[in-house]
Amino acid sequence: MKNKDSLNTQNRSSLLSRLWEFQENHGYIRDENVKTCASELNISEVEVEGVISFYHFFHREPTGQFIIYLNNSIIAETKGFQRVKEAFERETGALFGGVDPSHQFALFETSCIGLSDQEPACLINFHPFTNLNTLKVKNIIAQLKRGASPADICDPVPDHIRSTPTEDKTIFLRNYQPGAAVMKLRDLSPQEVIEEVKKSKLSGMGGAMFPTGLKWEACQNQPEDTKYIACNADEGEPGTFKDRVLMNALPGLMLEGMIIAAYAVGSTKGIIYLRAEYKWLLEKLEQTIDHFYKMNLLGKNIAGIEAFNFDIQIQLGAGAYVCGEETAMLNSMEGKRGEPRTKQFFPTEKGYLNQPTVVNNVETFCAAARVIELGADYILQTGHPDCPGTKLLSISGDCRRPGIYEIEWGTTVADILDLCQADHPHFIQISGPSGQCISMKEKDRKIMKGDLPCGGSFMIFNDTREILNIMNNFAEFFKHESCGVCTPCRAGNFIIQRKLEKVALKLAYASDFDDIREWGNIMKMTSRCGLGKTATNSLVMALDKFPEYFESKVDHHKEGLNKEFDLERSVEEYDRFKS
Amino acid sequence: MAKKIQISIDNKKIETEEGRNLVTVAKEHGIFIPSLCYYEHLDPPLGTCRVCTCNINGRPGPACMTKVTDGLEVEVHNKELKNTRQAIVEMMFSEGNHFCPACEKSGDCDLQHMGYEMGVSHSRFPHLFKDRLIDFNPKRMVIEHNRCVKCKRCVEEVLTDDQKSVFSFKNRGNETVVGIDYEQEAKLSEEQALNAMHICPTGAILVRGKAFALPFGDRRFDMHSVQKEQAQIFKKPEESNGKPERKTIATISLAGCFGCHMSMLDIDLGLLDLIELADFHKSPITDIKEFSKQCDIGLIEGGCCNSENIEVLREFRKKCDILVSVGECAIWGGLPAMRNTIPLGECLEEAYLNGITSEQGEYIVPYDENLPKILDKVYACHEIVKIDYHIPGCPPTATHIWKAVKNLLWGDQYSILYSEFKYD
Repeated sequence: MKNKDSLNTQNRSSLLSRLWEFQENHGYIRDENVKTCASELNISEVEVEGVISFYHFFHREPTGQFIIYLNNSIIAETKGFQRVKEAFERETGALFGGVDPSHQFALFETSCIGLSDQEPACLINFHPFTNLNTLKVKNIIAQLKRGASPADICDPVPDHIRSTPTEDKTIFLRNYQPGAAVMKLRDLSPQEVIEEVKKSKLSGMGGAMFPTGLKWEACQNQPEDTKYIACNADEGEPGTFKDRVLMNALPGLMLEGMIIAAYAVGSTKGIIYLRAEYKWLLEKLEQTIDHFYKMNLLGKNIAGIEAFNFDIQIQLGAGAYVCGEETAMLNSMEGKRGEPRTKQFFPTEKGYLNQPTVVNNVETFCAAARVIELGADYILQTGHPDCPGTKLLSISGDCRRPGIYEIEWGTTVADILDLCQADHPHFIQISGPSGQCISMKEKDRKIMKGDLPCGGSFMIFNDTREILNIMNNFAEFFKHESCGVCTPCRAGNFIIQRKLEKVALKLAYASDFDDIREWGNIMKMTSRCGLGKTATNSLVMALDKFPEYFESKVDHHKEGLNKEFDLERSVEEYDRFKS
Repeated sequence: MAKKIQISIDNKKIETEEGRNLVTVAKEHGIFIPSLCYYEHLDPPLGTCRVCTCNINGRPGPACMTKVTDGLEVEVHNKELKNTRQAIVEMMFSEGNHFCPACEKSGDCDLQHMGYEMGVSHSRFPHLFKDRLIDFNPKRMVIEHNRCVKCKRCVEEVLTDDQKSVFSFKNRGNETVVGIDYEQEAKLSEEQALNAMHICPTGAILVRGKAFALPFGDRRFDMHSVQKEQAQIFKKPEESNGKPERKTIATISLAGCFGCHMSMLDIDLGLLDLIELADFHKSPITDIKEFSKQCDIGLIEGGCCNSENIEVLREFRKKCDILVSVGECAIWGGLPAMRNTIPLGECLEEAYLNGITSEQGEYIVPYDENLPKILDKVYACHEIVKIDYHIPGCPPTATHIWKAVKNLLWGDQYSILYSEFKYD
């Protein structure tokens, strides 16, 4: 029985890949496919349906020959999303959320696809199309109708690497020699690797900034024989695209980081959880992995180190922001719904398939590889004394030079705004919707642990942007991307969004903002994972930091009558029946 | 033998064994930690509803997910935590469509029970009125998605004999629903199906023909609180000096059924005492149609479903110092709000034009300049004007109404018994 169970979990891990096959074959997953999966895994059909419906790139209804996912992030919105959306509908004859009558085109909105430096952007059959405008859309659709393939006509995606520190302080975006880091392992024991990483004070680049050395050590200390290295390549935070650039420019560096981690903790298997939005990078990653096997940087006795065996495979996600949360990602890798787990155990204790697992993101693995390659002392002379090292920022929004910036930890916001030539900045969103917003009064604050920690997204909005629109976009995003398991996040995000609608209709009282603060705090206190805990952060901060703006949205009479209740509007529908 | 340890809950020292669940330990020592999704034998616990949030070693977290360790310090009852837990329960009421008076599970419902224990008289959150399905397809069951709170109990617990899931979460975010596998459901024995209904903390899973097995009044949560000192839900003692002042009361029924007014009359002889102390001004009881003076208190039955309701309610706000929503309809729309999940046009067309008793082309939707106009949805009174207090019930019991009114008008100290505080 035990054996059957473990076999089943192994197979279960392949569910997402299996569903992708069906999705790609027919453009949707058919009833018989669901039956097949259920019988293969010996589970009930509703469980398979549960998995399919969790991921928004899986469809249960027929779609089209071309599936178009248009990004609806706030950056896209400021760059002309609405016009592009209308253009797609006009040109294809389909409405968003549906298919055209000839089943050629299916249109869907999706959250950030990691192309914020070239918005508006969309994916057509998962090939990127960037800097869209009405004319371009018309052109693309015409070509597709004439039989062109999206793979042939899609846009090349430039890395837009705009700035690095001086040569002697650059960590990520410097010359890369494949194997340079891994070769160093020949002279280091696993313990020495961990000590070096600890010494460099490297901490998780996803935003939580947990010390990487400690995490590796915790995993190393576990007695189990089977351990996993999981690379989180599911950067879903709107506005971030640094992992895209790293995987495009330095895929080998990321692999080396994983190999080093494997050596340190004693793992033989690594998995890259690649977000489906970056499916167009899949081929490149696979080629790099193949190349690594040929160079003996993967496989058996790596780099000539006896009995150091390590393999890497790639698991494709299927569209769910919450899978960027590490335990949700582990569930997703196991072929389940990407619901975050309860925090009984750290992944280093019970992670993938309940085995000790190191989960780090792309950037952290890249940084770890550089630590070994360049040595901790090199890292320690960069950045800020309290927070050494550098950080990749994905800068987007109202600036002349959106793109990737490698900055030293401790750089001020003002310096960054200068570097990217921001245009009348007014409102800055750091680390994406779940991060924090700042006003220009805080432009001397530093990007670093202890002041403004940052996961990578840096979105700039000028003084013509409505803060309420930004907040509404975020609320809509969280409402949609909540996994739905815990009450405060599932219901709370929905409720907050209704409240913002009320504000937008100018029906709000000052007390409505007090409600938002209180409700936000309740969500923060009670939500199960970071998504719900942070969903209202920015909104509550914005209320504090832009009081004049929100003041202007308030209605000030105090007679206890909601005078603004719009009687005309609410009887409009009934008035249709006037004969 | 597990290690003996000491923990403290609200500064009370408790001896127990290491590794046990905090909710269970607290319960054994007479400390009530509200919980919904928690189920003793599930490990790891579900941790989905978050109703059991406490301060655990100084940080907010769910009690159900906490295994006790030596020296653990837990804070259960402070103002913020109570408010937070109450908010979570209110969120569930706002998110679903919970019409207690029309629910088969009323009195046997954990969600309702939590509301009673915490004294939730209304939800601070706007009701979302999302249109949800009632699924009659399963063989033994009816799945009422309007009532599901996504606790995940059924997903984890209800399995067929060959260990296959009958339920699974589907979709994501606010679209999350519990999906049911018809094929697997058909394999369940009646006993297994009844168990599914039993573990559902609301009335979302019903077994055909069995939902009313136990009469109302005899159900688990009808009469008795699980807390020792739950009798006083709220009190507001104030200084009263000598002879009580004479006060004026106005009442109105908006989109209600007059049931709450009937209930007001149910204090029977008590009315005679009340008349000594209060005048009834504008009210269906006196048939006074217009306000001619300021009143001390206005009791509102019913929500707002048409333009006249809005005008009357606004008038009440102006003419009454204190305004009280009496009953479920006034508080959040109640039964008339069942239409809120469906666009008004569809409702009217179905009722007047396409219904089975209407002849094609023979009927029209009534519309006349002299008739009040119907609103797009039924609004709770507090969405239209400021409401000072809420008295829940469908209808609230007579004693509840008058205890509350006497308290508001004359500052009488009072307590509401658990058995008087109802949503149905």
